[in-house]
Amino acid sequence: MVESTYMPLDGAESVSQAMRQIDPDVVAAYPITPQTEVVQYFSEYVADGLVHTEFIPVESEHAAMSACIGASAGGARVMTATAANGLALMWEMLYIASGMRLPIVLSIVNRALSSPLNIHCDHSDSMGAREAGWIQMYAESGQEAYDNTIKAMRIAEHDDLRVPTMSCQDGFITGHGVERVGILPDEAVREFVGSYDPDVYLLDVDHPKTMGAWDFTDYYFEHKRQQTEALNTAMEIIESVSEEYAELSGRPQPIIDTYGMDDADYAIIVLSSTAGTARTVARDLREKGMKVGILKPRVYRPFPAEYIVEAIRDCRAVAVLDRSISFGTFRGMGPLFEDITSALFNEGVPDLNIVNYIYGLGGRDTTPPMIESVYDDLQAMAAEGNRGDIVRYLGLRE
Amino acid sequence: MTKQTAPRLDLPWKEANEGGVVFDSGNSVTYNTGSWRTLRPVWDAGQCVHCMICWIMCPDSAILVEEGKMVGIDYDHCKGCGICSEVCPVNIKEPHSVTGEQSGTVIHMVPESDFE
Repeated sequence: MVESTYMPLDGAESVSQAMRQIDPDVVAAYPITPQTEVVQYFSEYVADGLVHTEFIPVESEHAAMSACIGASAGGARVMTATAANGLALMWEMLYIASGMRLPIVLSIVNRALSSPLNIHCDHSDSMGAREAGWIQMYAESGQEAYDNTIKAMRIAEHDDLRVPTMSCQDGFITGHGVERVGILPDEAVREFVGSYDPDVYLLDVDHPKTMGAWDFTDYYFEHKRQQTEALNTAMEIIESVSEEYAELSGRPQPIIDTYGMDDADYAIIVLSSTAGTARTVARDLREKGMKVGILKPRVYRPFPAEYIVEAIRDCRAVAVLDRSISFGTFRGMGPLFEDITSALFNEGVPDLNIVNYIYGLGGRDTTPPMIESVYDDLQAMAAEGNRGDIVRYLGLRE
Repeated sequence: MTKQTAPRLDLPWKEANEGGVVFDSGNSVTYNTGSWRTLRPVWDAGQCVHCMICWIMCPDSAILVEEGKMVGIDYDHCKGCGICSEVCPVNIKEPHSVTGEQSGTVIHMVPESDFE
């Protein structure tokens, strides 16, 4: 294990520090709140000569991801960052990056999608991209955002994967919130990510090849089967990289983070920063003798279905908190709830008392009393043996 | 140009090239795009002035040229778009050697079904 240096950093600057240490060959990016700081700080490192990166200030996010794809196909180690509508503008290119198996790392500082126009945090941007064939990690804190960025590089570039990876954190809440963040020594990070030495790349002039070509009815299906296989087997690789990183940093970060789940009767499942708020409430309630727990998935794609089902199957009642709506689904549930209820059914646990709370859209504050009200609801639900409304709203004016 | 081998089109998914990378350069020549054609360009060699405009404009490099003169059309790759017929500057004076029609350019477009 190596010692970290602790600095007061916000989540965006934490990510830019990780990028500085990784020192990618190419970064092509366009600024958008609340991601701007990531790129702003990083461009300073470029200007100051702290990295050897070719920084491409492009005219849009579509161009940013396009330039990343070109550079990555060329054989470069590539990173970028975006948020919200910027991610939406990248949509087409996200699928092209994953289909071409280019291990690009994309830092996302989650923000609500317009319209109505809003710059604050929710997960509607990255959740919309959950089908794009990328690995997705979600960070609770600036520390996790820093750690995930470094891990993401190794995971994406793994020879058995070559799957682009998004590392997400909550806009403003952690993105602009200053906290104590442990930064590894530069050499330790450089050694951990190693040098990027792809087998197949376009600048290999002795072996000319074509990438991103027309793929007809005779092979497209087979290539998609390969892609889904990579995601299906990614969890093991993500875990081994996380374990290796834990040994280096002294910060173990398993795929699912749990608090009190060994014997919890009532559990809340939530991504990113709200897990911190929920854990504080759970700790207080534990002191009062309530058997409550928190489960926070750190990885969302691939979906850690077995881990989550195993952790919650014996609970009396469970609430899944979603910071986005999957419009038009059954009762308008959120994507996390949709994934978990599907996993429960497929793992043979169809009778669990589980409900969905949509919360925090457009940056609406989610306070400890709101979390406490969820635990109250779960107790009442278990006592009545009736789920009631399957999809509920937390912090909405009724 | 060396003879290209057609890529195999029957590999199971585990053996397909990851990400659809094509390792054999120049093998599109092995792809018979001529099978897509519904209209076939037919050329009247006798009335052709060998201006090479169709050779420049053909999007599939399907106008065959030898020693500066047009010698025919590569039906394995011609998709039948008709650009050659459209850009040909010659108004034929004699009946077309293939279609027998009195007017039009040196290249006429004929339905493929007429050749079945």
